[in-house]
Amino acid sequence: MTITESRAAVTPAPSPTTRVPEHLPSHVGLRETVRQTWLMAGRSLIKMRRNPEQFIDVAIQPLLFTAMFGFIFGGAIAGGVSAYLPLLIPGILVQTALTTCMATGVNLRDDMDKGVFDRFKSLPMSRIAPLAGPVLADSVRYVIATVLTFATGFAMGYRPGGGFWGVLAAGTLIIVSAWSLAWIFTFLGTVMKSAQGLSGVSMMILFPLTFLSNAFVPADSLPGWLKAFVNVNPVSHIVSATRDLANDGRITGQVGWALLGCVVVVAIFAPLALRSYRRQL
Amino acid sequence: MNTTTNPPHDATLAVDAHSLVKQFKGLRAVDGIDLQVPAGQVFGVLGPNGAGKTTAIRMLATLLRIDGGSATIFGHDVATEGHIVRQLIGVTGQYASVDEKLSGRENLRLFARIHGQSGKRAAVTALELLERFGLTDAADRPLSQFSGGMRRRLDLAASLISRPPLIFLDEPTTGLDPRTRGQMWDTIRDLVRQGSTILLTTQYLDEADQLADRIAVIDHGRKVAEGTSTELKASIGASTLAVGIADDTRIDEAVSIVSIALDRAATRSPEAARLLVPLRTSDETVTALIALRDNAIEVSEVKVQEPTLDEVFLALTGEPRSEDVADQPAA
Repeated sequence: MTITESRAAVTPAPSPTTRVPEHLPSHVGLRETVRQTWLMAGRSLIKMRRNPEQFIDVAIQPLLFTAMFGFIFGGAIAGGVSAYLPLLIPGILVQTALTTCMATGVNLRDDMDKGVFDRFKSLPMSRIAPLAGPVLADSVRYVIATVLTFATGFAMGYRPGGGFWGVLAAGTLIIVSAWSLAWIFTFLGTVMKSAQGLSGVSMMILFPLTFLSNAFVPADSLPGWLKAFVNVNPVSHIVSATRDLANDGRITGQVGWALLGCVVVVAIFAPLALRSYRRQL
Repeated sequence: MNTTTNPPHDATLAVDAHSLVKQFKGLRAVDGIDLQVPAGQVFGVLGPNGAGKTTAIRMLATLLRIDGGSATIFGHDVATEGHIVRQLIGVTGQYASVDEKLSGRENLRLFARIHGQSGKRAAVTALELLERFGLTDAADRPLSQFSGGMRRRLDLAASLISRPPLIFLDEPTTGLDPRTRGQMWDTIRDLVRQGSTILLTTQYLDEADQLADRIAVIDHGRKVAEGTSTELKASIGASTLAVGIADDTRIDEAVSIVSIALDRAATRSPEAARLLVPLRTSDETVTALIALRDNAIEVSEVKVQEPTLDEVFLALTGEPRSEDVADQPAA
């Protein structure tokens, strides 16, 4: 079998002169951008299915941290495990979402080192789709982490006062926050040269963001200067909003602040990531 | 881009590049190259590793910023009309740019859909291309099980989805075995028959010779020669006849016999018992061998050596090729 023969059977004989199309669009439209983002998300989903190992972190971390933090700090901070859970579970939810966001960035960095990104860059396609697609696909991971954290909490005796709708609203807020915060790590993914370097830097961002917040301890117990930082940390607002929704079933001002924080993060980091990705050497 | 100071670009040319420059830290990878590729031609860029071929192609394909000079693709400025240029080109790199984690079919469907095809149509496109490139049997296998030749074919297939009028092929056969290489050449000839314009880079003189209408020879980021392969060969000089002599005590005698027969100085190869003489015509081989037979000198081996790339560079630049210059970074 030769390539020549099989080709002749498939393609009708075209004209032998180079034909150049005219009136080509000079940019990608919004509809195409959205469509291509879904395509890139689909690509990420196929890869997740091929490599289920990468779900270990989102599966183990909620179980481990909820149990560990609950039993270790519960007595000291809230006077008992079940009294600590309403404080702790929203904290763990946000922390897990953040570590999952970090994985989004690291995976992107890994992916960008592969030859296929050369093709994405040489195709007449939206520049943001290869970045936004993986973030969208990682919703699967955020959902798994959120469901498992709540489940572990319930198993340990957490009975959220917000009821079903409160928990659902809290879970949704966590996933929206994860989409937004993932842009910080996506930006770092386009800037850093190696996945290892990115992991290191991400940890240094992750720890202050989660531990210098009200995720695990009430902010009132902190010294003034620390409290000042904790109160502006967007993670604190997300944690507070999640508590209000899950524990009280109330949409409070904290929910507004959390959503505003998310918008600000996306407004800053999505354009930065796009610019860094588009930059030619 | 400061287009006013640049020479006017010709929109009928597939590629029109003027004094292209690419500067990497401390290294001028491309140092003022002019390229004019008429539509419908196969244009070969010949040069050793590190000569700047890949860098030049990556600039023309909008993958690298142009640091100096200017270039147009079918009249569209590469620096300012990137999105339009990307609709006119297909790029097949030295390293296959397909998704390792997806199967061949999934790769082609993804790229077809990115080009705006519907799911159904993308499936048909993938099927056609897999068939055309002899990959049907391997269509659903993971790419980790693909041979180098299969990857290269898949990569080329992916570049052809939108039927781009201009195709960049960066060292399409480097690292392929001779049979696969021949198949790749057939595929490239097919593309030309369909009217595609092709800019290909290669390290192999015979590949440029086989495929290209015109050849530019690049070294140290500069163009050292350009012409048809016949013109270049004429400038390089002839092939060499190498004859192994069975009885190595008679080599000097053989050298003088051949020198007299061809009226040209033959030499003795330094390492082995062989005599070397430059040829003007193939017929001179016969003259030399008959002269040896007449003198009862037994011949153990006969070879006609085509000029090698080393000799091409030596002839064109007067210095050995830049093998030791590091290749440009892949990113």
